[in-house]
Amino acid sequence: MHKLLRLNWFGGALAWVWLLVVMLPIYWVVITSFKTRATYFITNTFAPPADPTFENYLTVIESGFIRYFLNSVIVTAGAVIPAVAVSFMASYAIVRGAGNRWLRSINTLFLLGLAIPLQAVVIPIYLIIIRIQMYDTLAAIIMPSIAFAIPLSVLVLANFIRDVPRELFESMRVDGASEWGTLWRLALPLTRPALVTVVIYNALSIWNGFILPLVLTQSPDQRTMPLALWTYEGEYGINVPAIAASVTLTTVPIVIAYAVGRRQLLSGLTAGFSK
Amino acid sequence: MTTLAPPAVRVSEPTVTGGGRGGGLIWMTVPALLIFTAFGVVPLLGVLALSFTTWNNVGPIQPSGLDSWTTVLTDPDLPHALWVTFLIMGLSWLVQTPISVLLGVFLAAHKRYRGFLAVLYFIPLLLSSAAIAITYKALLDPNFGIGNGLGIPLLNQDWLGDSTLAVGVVVFIVSWQYIPFHTLIYQGAVRSIPHSMYEASLIDGAGRIRQFFSITLPQLRYTIVTSSTLMVVGSLTLFDLIYVLTAGGPGDATRALALEMYRTGFQANLMGPASAIAVILVLVGLGLSQLLRRLGGRGDESQQEGA
Repeated sequence: MHKLLRLNWFGGALAWVWLLVVMLPIYWVVITSFKTRATYFITNTFAPPADPTFENYLTVIESGFIRYFLNSVIVTAGAVIPAVAVSFMASYAIVRGAGNRWLRSINTLFLLGLAIPLQAVVIPIYLIIIRIQMYDTLAAIIMPSIAFAIPLSVLVLANFIRDVPRELFESMRVDGASEWGTLWRLALPLTRPALVTVVIYNALSIWNGFILPLVLTQSPDQRTMPLALWTYEGEYGINVPAIAASVTLTTVPIVIAYAVGRRQLLSGLTAGFSK
Repeated sequence: MTTLAPPAVRVSEPTVTGGGRGGGLIWMTVPALLIFTAFGVVPLLGVLALSFTTWNNVGPIQPSGLDSWTTVLTDPDLPHALWVTFLIMGLSWLVQTPISVLLGVFLAAHKRYRGFLAVLYFIPLLLSSAAIAITYKALLDPNFGIGNGLGIPLLNQDWLGDSTLAVGVVVFIVSWQYIPFHTLIYQGAVRSIPHSMYEASLIDGAGRIRQFFSITLPQLRYTIVTSSTLMVVGSLTLFDLIYVLTAGGPGDATRALALEMYRTGFQANLMGPASAIAVILVLVGLGLSQLLRRLGGRGDESQQEGA
């Protein structure tokens, strides 16, 4: 009994200490973003601002933030929607056509794709994008983002569709539904939880993507938020509150999205990785 | 967030159901196949091909045999970049694994805090590495940063200006960002351990600590392999964070392999040698994940046998 309690205390203490470690920088960014440049240097860095100001947010918004935000929205939506759509179709075919040797090879190819690190193939991607004359466009970021979202999406969706009872598919068949109709009216509604998981997961990684925008775009017009953040940092230099405001602004949309889709994301992730 | 891509997940092949039916379904895979081939498979083959060429980013691409490879393999910077990569990899594994396991075990058992902690723990994973790097850069300022704020003079170090400290900072931030993720993995895995095992051990008189080492840890074996593989491959391809945080500095103290590739390719315009480094990245990544799978005893067994 003694040992039992001791280990629990240990785990509990660790959990709360870690929470502090996680939250401290986040707390710091938020409070700093409401300080003026002058007060930042004279007050304790962890003290909340005595006189909160929105000035930093105005500074950031005036220097093109909305444009960068929209770029990120375009890139994320432009990549996630097609990626999930094509992955869903492919997963359906892979599961329903199990036994067909072409489909099996295609599945294997996608699984091998899980092992390709994006960083390692960014040079040929850059070359391809230049050759097809898409350099410095948002489409340049979108195309490889779709490709790199496919392997994991197919993996998760196929595992989920596989759990749909075979009888349901058979009865649709008996009713004379086409494969397309079955996919649309049976598999899609039944797979919704997995679809949501895949959408959130991909959206998160594409929204936060850095290396593709860095390598494939050049002009300020095409900047996505992580890249914009990096350039803000260069521009504002010592204006720490403005930097904090830009970090906060780029983070708020994703935290809101998380608040909405949290349950789905967590259950999807734990189910997908824990075994 | 590309570091989240999980190369280690093993999946059972679809069960073969009689007949070769399904041929009519192939068209449904065509869109995914086309784009994945164009921007995944072709670049993978392309990087290998480019490693045998010379290309300065503007001029023509010229075959150059083994020149790029000779350049890279005789470059004294390569062993250093490998050393930095493995150092960061090893240290972050050592920091992340025990903490994630312990937190995961704790959260799995405590329904009361689970929801609350899981919400807040997850936040670092939502932030871009660029945002995290920028935040820490400001927070670690030797004069106006964390040491002053907390009133702990010991923390007033030139964190990013000192070679040893900078590596430590990278390890700390990687852990800060990903421990929450691995905690969730372990939490899920612990919850799926059959409860009867604990009941049986209780009858045998095993205490909580004994249970942890005799039941929980062995049962988490495959999860540890998955989680470690994600950590290792993630550290191998670590780019955004280091690029924004230190750009490889001070000096070359944090110049890991992925960064070395970027600098060689996009800053020095030596695309051939950069491609050779990229090939090394892929090979090291594949080698490490295979090794981990062997170590975890998962090489030949099916997933079901381990469950």
